[in-house]
Parts: sequence; structure tokens; C-alpha cells
Amino acid sequence: MSVEVQAAEGLFDCRDAFAATLEDMAEADGRVCAVVNDAVGSTKTKGFRKRFPERFVNVGIAEQNMVGVSAGLANGGMIPFCCGATCFLMARSMEQVKVDLGYAKNNVKLCGMSSGMAYGELGPTHHSIEDMAWARVIPNLMVVVPADPVETAAAMRWARDYVGPVFLRISRMPVPELLPHDYRFEPGRAVTMREGNDVALLANGVMVSRALDAAERLATQGVHARVLNMSSMTPIDREAVLRAARETRGIVTAEEASIYGGLGGAVAEIVSEEHPARVIRLGVPGVFAPTGSAQFLLEHFGLTADGIYAAAMRLVERD
Amino acid sequence: MGALNSGNAASDPLRKAANEVRSRALEMVHHAGLGHPGGDLSSTDVLVTLYLAVMDLRSHDPAWKDRDRFIMSKGHCSGAFYATLAQAGLLDKATLQTYMDPLSSLNGHPDRNKVAGVEANTGPLGHGLPIAVGCALAAKMQHAAWRTFVLVGDGELQEGSNWEAAMCAAQYKLDNLVLIVDRNRIQQGDFTENTINMNPLGDKWRAFGWSVTEVDGHDCDALFQLLSNTPVEPGKPTCIIAHTTKGRGVSFMENKPEWHHGVPTAEQLATAREELMGACK
Repeated sequence: MSVEVQAAEGLFDCRDAFAATLEDMAEADGRVCAVVNDAVGSTKTKGFRKRFPERFVNVGIAEQNMVGVSAGLANGGMIPFCCGATCFLMARSMEQVKVDLGYAKNNVKLCGMSSGMAYGELGPTHHSIEDMAWARVIPNLMVVVPADPVETAAAMRWARDYVGPVFLRISRMPVPELLPHDYRFEPGRAVTMREGNDVALLANGVMVSRALDAAERLATQGVHARVLNMSSMTPIDREAVLRAARETRGIVTAEEASIYGGLGGAVAEIVSEEHPARVIRLGVPGVFAPTGSAQFLLEHFGLTADGIYAAAMRLVERD
Repeated sequence: MGALNSGNAASDPLRKAANEVRSRALEMVHHAGLGHPGGDLSSTDVLVTLYLAVMDLRSHDPAWKDRDRFIMSKGHCSGAFYATLAQAGLLDKATLQTYMDPLSSLNGHPDRNKVAGVEANTGPLGHGLPIAVGCALAAKMQHAAWRTFVLVGDGELQEGSNWEAAMCAAQYKLDNLVLIVDRNRIQQGDFTENTINMNPLGDKWRAFGWSVTEVDGHDCDALFQLLSNTPVEPGKPTCIIAHTTKGRGVSFMENKPEWHHGVPTAEQLATAREELMGACK
């Protein structure tokens, strides 16, 4: 069932940063524990299980129970990191996420692995493109989509210190390191990855490096693209979105998720209310993906540097 | 033992307290024009025995970290639950009169962020046992002595999440966890056995690795003895099947599915109060 994408040199699987950071935090803080749904391999928690067996809970293949148990652990003073493939973690336990975490404000850290279409050929049952829309509408749930291994580790450390429920959407798709090693995650802050005032590229997760590549190509055409890393989805940096709307000729959003309800939806909501601007949303356009590898599917839906470049040129050439 | 505990069994005061709670719960349902009186009345004796005689709690410090935990999984029976919290000094009795009023802290289903002493936000069924398993695991991880109690309805056990949690509790040998099933045999639409047959209920829990005891859920003395002496078997979670009567204590409500969420009129409330107060004498 496992699809291992071998990371090329200079590229990283964010789950490795996740696993190392979780173990470091558990070493330093006795309240940190891990809850998994059998997926010890795909959540890369074998090391944690070996080092901290008394703080490792494997509930078996039972996601509703996994989230409920995590809420109870939080009630008892622990800081549970509740880990599973995002497709099961968020869909199967949605009511527990809503009630036991969001509504009850329990201090649980949901760690969704292999989000988006990372499971490629396994098909839409194993893709998680709906989770961003679901997570965004749950009050009190912080939603973070890290762009690289550095941000994955930084967001986890922030999540440990923040008291309340957090959803960390972690990918297994190989990405380059983008952020400096002293980077600190700040909720509600869009990270400016590149300055520019012709067009704005707003991306999160695996799409950030692709947006930077697109910006590089746009520059060769004399188009200066601003690139914002929208890792903090809840809360979202409204001001940064509005500045992008005011100061550029249009916004391209890029996410490995449905174009409905996620980053594209959030940006459209903000600009339509306060500063109407053109927005092109790149993502999965309301369909279940066809069969194909993760890389094939990203290309299929235009979730590539080429796709972002083409969308940005459409905004610029329209003028 | 905490300040709330009487320290020994005293079923007469418990019975009296239980009927006061019943009476208040019915007043609350009448006031709100909403509620679940049938289940309020079936679960009252369990609630009162736990809160007034069994659990280690501090009314002046409801968030005390070593408190025993109680999860009211059948959150729809909030009338009896809130009235019991008030009886135990965890909630102001005057607040009960705001049950389900606009902006009241007493929502139809309990909210732990609004009412001190509430451990979990329940209402959708099948949430309490997984949370209780987590509480019990947290105690084990920290080598803490506090216990976790959780009350579920019998119809509620039709939710599959309970059985996920049941397997987990046995796997982790959670003998600091006590599940009480309010076995009143009636759910919203009909008797449980006409809906989804729950029997043999005790055998189901035994097969899932739990230690099972059956008790008269209205016998406060028996409940006290049982709930104060857990685990029944070291290394196993405890399941107590409390045989109860829906609508217990009010003749015209007893064992009637329509009182699952019926609302008493002023006249019915007066009759019910008379019966309940008469039973206290």
C-alpha cells in the first residue's frame, strides 16, 4: 500500500523532519506523546515507539477512537500528537475533530501525513484534497501547511507550545529546503518568499517551491512576482492577502487541495469583501483525480511551475 | 478523599439527593420546553452516587489535576447532569434556572468551556468512551492514581466508536477506567430490542476483554459498593451494566418511550414533584 517517493539529492520528505522533531520534543517534555492508527511506518513513528514506548499509543485502525483518545489524553495533561494519513485522519474522524477538539478546545495536535495527492496511484480513496475546506470551517482549529522540512519542524515546536487544537498538514512529496534554519513559525503571518509587484503567487505546502520556480521564469519575461508562503491557513494573514490584491495585477493561488474552500477559497473570500481583484485558483477543480502517480497528477492539474507561470501570464497579459 | 465525599455509604441521603436532582431536572426541562427527562431520571442515581459519594473532587478547585474524571457520554441528559453538579457544589443552583435560556452557560448539551466540572463536550453519541480511554491512558502514563468514570446510554452503544474504544481499553489494560451503561432499554424511537438488539450485552463486553458486573442502577448502596471497589479485576477495564428504568420515580413517565424527550406540563410537573418528594420521606 505504501508509495515511497525517493527524494532526489537536495530534496526532503517532510515526514523525516516531523519524526525527528517529535522525538526531540518528547525527550525534552514528558507531556509529549504520540497516538497512531496502526500506520507506524507511514507516520515514521517507529523511532518514537522504540524510544518512548510508554508514551506511544497505537489504537489500531480506528480513527474516531484515535481522535477521542487524544482528546482524553489532553484532558489528562498530556500533549498528544495524533498522527495518521490525512485521508483517514480527517475524513473518518470529522465529528471528533469538530466536537472533541474544535468545540471542546482540547490541546491536541493533529498531524496529517501524506496529504493532498501524495498517494498518487492508490487513488481518490487515499487522496486528501477535501481536508482544507473541512478544517477551515471548524472554529478554534489552527491549520498549518508547512512548505519544507524547516517549517515542518518549526510549526511542530510552535504547536507544542500553543494551547489548543492544531492541524498540521504534512507532505511526503520531496521538496527542497526553502527557509533558513533559524526560522520561527508565526501563526497568522504570510511569509514573503520573494518580493514583486506585478503579480502575486500565494501557495502553501509542496506548491511553495513550485511558485518560486514559476517566479524565476516570470522574471525572465520581465514579470516580477511576489511569492507568499501561506502556511498559516487558520488564522490567515488577511492584510498580506489584501496587500497582494492592492499592489499587484492579480493573484494566483496554488495548493495541493480542492480549489473549493482551501487557500483559493480563503483568498477569494477576503478580496471579494474588501478589495475585489482577479484571482486564479490552481488546485483540484472539483473532481476525483484519475489514476496516476503523484507527480503525474500534479502535472495533470497544472500544479507545477509551468502551470503557475501560465496562470500568472494570463493575469498580466489581460491588461 | 475529597471534600465532597461522605466517606461511607449512606444510601438514604443519596436517595434523597437523587430525588431532589430528579425534581430539579424536570423543572429545568419544563422551563426550557426541551430536554430528555426519561434518560435524566434513569441516570440520576448513578450520577448522584458518583458525585456525592465516590469520586475524589474539589468543589473549590474543579480543575484540580488529580481529580477523578467523569465523562457524561449521554450528553443529552444534561438536566440530571447539571442538577447533580449543583448538588455537589460544582455549579450554582440558581444557574439551573437558566437551562437553555439565550446565552446561558447551560446549553442543551454540556460544554466544558462554559461549566466548570464538565470534562467533555458531548451530545453526539459515541464520543465519551474514547475520551475516557484517553483520560485513563493519561493517568497510566503519569503514574497518577485518579480514576476515570464514563456513563453511556444503552442505545448509544449502537455507535461503532464505542467498540473501537472498548478494544483499545482492554489492549492497554485500563483497570483505572469504569464504564457504566445506563441500561434503560429505551432509545428515542422505540425499545432498544425493537431497534437493534443489544443482548447479550454483558457477554459482548466480556468478549471485548472487560470485567463485567450487573447491578440495579437505582440501588445507591449497591452502586456505591461497586463503584468504590474498582477495578473488579486488576488488569481489566470495568463495565458496570446498571439496570435502570427510563423515567424512574415518576409513575406516568416510567418505561414510556415517549418520555425520551417529552416535556412535562405544569400540572404533570406538579404531580411528578409530589411523587418524588413523597418518595424522600
